[in-house]
Amino acid sequence: MGEFLTDNIKTQEYFLNMGPQHPATHGVLRLLLQLNGEIVENIDMDLGYVHRSIEKMCEHDTYQQIIHLTDRLDYLSSHMNNEAVALAVEKGLGIEVPDRVKVIRTMMSELTRFASHALWYGVNAMDIGAITPFMYGFRERELINDIMEETCGARLTMNYNKVGGVRYDLHPNFQKKVKDFIKHARKKLPDYDAVLSNNIIFKKRMKNVGFIDKDNAVLYGLSGPTARGSGVSCDVRKVHPYSAYDRVQFNEITFTEGDSYARYRVRIREMWESLSILEQLVDNIPEGDYKVKTKAVLKLPEGSYYQKVESARGEFGVHILSRGDKLPYRVKFRSPNFANLSALNKMAKGVKIADVVAILSSIDIVVPDIDR
Amino acid sequence: MIILSNFSNIHQWLLGLIQNAVATRVVELTIIALAYLAAFALIGLLLVLAERRIAAFFQLRLGPNRVGPWGLFQTVADALKLVSKELTGTVKADKFLYGLAPYFVIITALVSMSIIPFSKEVQVFDINIGIFFFISVSSLGVIGIFLAGWSSNNKYSLIGGMRTGIQMVSYELSVGMVVVTMVILSGTLQLSQIVALQQHTWFIFQGHVSAIIAFMVMMIASTAETNRTPFDLVEAESELGAGFHTEYSGMNFAYFFLSEFMNMFLSASIIVVLFFGGWLSPFGITAGIPFMGLFWFILKVSVVIFIFMWFRWTFPRLRIDQILTLEWKYLLPINMVNIVLMAALVWLGLTF
Repeated sequence: MGEFLTDNIKTQEYFLNMGPQHPATHGVLRLLLQLNGEIVENIDMDLGYVHRSIEKMCEHDTYQQIIHLTDRLDYLSSHMNNEAVALAVEKGLGIEVPDRVKVIRTMMSELTRFASHALWYGVNAMDIGAITPFMYGFRERELINDIMEETCGARLTMNYNKVGGVRYDLHPNFQKKVKDFIKHARKKLPDYDAVLSNNIIFKKRMKNVGFIDKDNAVLYGLSGPTARGSGVSCDVRKVHPYSAYDRVQFNEITFTEGDSYARYRVRIREMWESLSILEQLVDNIPEGDYKVKTKAVLKLPEGSYYQKVESARGEFGVHILSRGDKLPYRVKFRSPNFANLSALNKMAKGVKIADVVAILSSIDIVVPDIDR
Repeated sequence: MIILSNFSNIHQWLLGLIQNAVATRVVELTIIALAYLAAFALIGLLLVLAERRIAAFFQLRLGPNRVGPWGLFQTVADALKLVSKELTGTVKADKFLYGLAPYFVIITALVSMSIIPFSKEVQVFDINIGIFFFISVSSLGVIGIFLAGWSSNNKYSLIGGMRTGIQMVSYELSVGMVVVTMVILSGTLQLSQIVALQQHTWFIFQGHVSAIIAFMVMMIASTAETNRTPFDLVEAESELGAGFHTEYSGMNFAYFFLSEFMNMFLSASIIVVLFFGGWLSPFGITAGIPFMGLFWFILKVSVVIFIFMWFRWTFPRLRIDQILTLEWKYLLPINMVNIVLMAALVWLGLTF
């Protein structure tokens, strides 16, 4: 019987198109899975479904206008993207922004980071199959969105930064609302652990899945929580402090396991750190101007300018090449998601289909940031 | 075979009206069939609504609450929408099997409902191999899901179908063995007798240790049998879109959807019959009142269904190899030991 089966039944690898429309790819990303039954042999990634040529568009926009385009890269860390461009241009023009601006930018960044991680927490749970945590994540995110709405006038693509400062001063309610939020979040974050982190099924699904060691993490250029889950110390906020990060106390969270669960825990712990940063700053917002006056037409001196910030997903870099014109000669965004996604094939070789979904969500990709 | 002792006056009235014994039987059967179909649809719709409200309760939401009082007509509206929808399909689908698959699923659910003892008075088909009949019929349902996955000509459906085959065949073993365990205790396969034997003590107390183990295994295996989270990797919306019913629309989809809820109801019913005294009231408090059995049965089933829903909205999904590990390395050995344990308990007279 055994011989009959091996002689007469042919097994064959087959391909499965995961995406471009697929719930687990969080947007329009196409993964071509080469499958042997349920086991993934290889993943081909097909990008470019939301390519809007933002980098090229930047070459036709003034420096003030570029900031608005960066909202549409990683829309969940739009504030950090804005900030990176603003910092790069300010560096080029030699503008020193007031302390108040620095603190406001830092606080907004941390709020955005928390919102992004809260959303990721829900989506990650949903990818693993638990739907309830999704609502938990959104509960906290809504509060942050409300704070953003009051001060910035928008909930998702804030457009709050400008060269030389921020667009509007803080709303009078800001401090009170942030304090309320910190209190609320400190009470609710343990729920996250109770409902998901300590769940045995969740642990089984995440532990030892999608392993990548420290050397490979560096080799693939991973950054953010994805790299810190493998023990790479790469937090831009610590290594190259910008804005007000040099005046606050916080820990860089690293885990050495290198699996999906480690990346999960990095993000959960980072939410706590964000709260601690907010707490340190909320009562110490310096008085002063919320922007410095800049010229109407900004001309960056000839040269190249690079500024990196820590977005919610990793190191987001802006490289501006100027020929002394009012338009940049070339703009390049170093997006964390692109590098992080490149390691998917390495992480997901030989796993089951369900693990691909788990790994993909533990990398926490945002597709518009990959395609740009 | 048809228990209608409390309806004998209706029988007499019909007989007087039609004046023919055979024709009366036929009319009666038709009425019962229609009543069951109506009950089937009603239970399905109510369960869908209950699931959505309970999910909302778990998820800090309100759930459907606009159509009718407390949103009661929401699922009716949804069902009407599904009925009016076009039946689409894939081009290269195996048309015959593709059309046949939903009926396998829905008919097996409907047939197995016939043996459920809703109360002393309401049970259509009280055969002496009742529980065995239930297991054999409900295991046919997997064919429908398998066919749906195979015939859709969609790789997601195919993977869903393959997973179904593995999962349901595995977990049917557990359900079967739990039933065997409880049959050792009861000594009969007939559902009405199984209930009657629990007149003084429910089986979960009669069989104490062994019955509690069996109950736990049964809860896990039933969840897996009904393809619900944490065992919903047959559908696994974040992995496979919608799994085996990805390519189904309109009423064909509704059949799958409805049968999932009916299977949950049936599993809960069997659990209630095997462990919690079916339609018997606790301590016989309403023993003399007719039709109170129906109330107690529905109440107990609702509690079990609530636990199923609790599972669904709390747990993440397992992976296919973890599901098989759980079944073959844990549940099955536990079950085998448990059967021996139960036999020993019954043999030594250690049951209550």
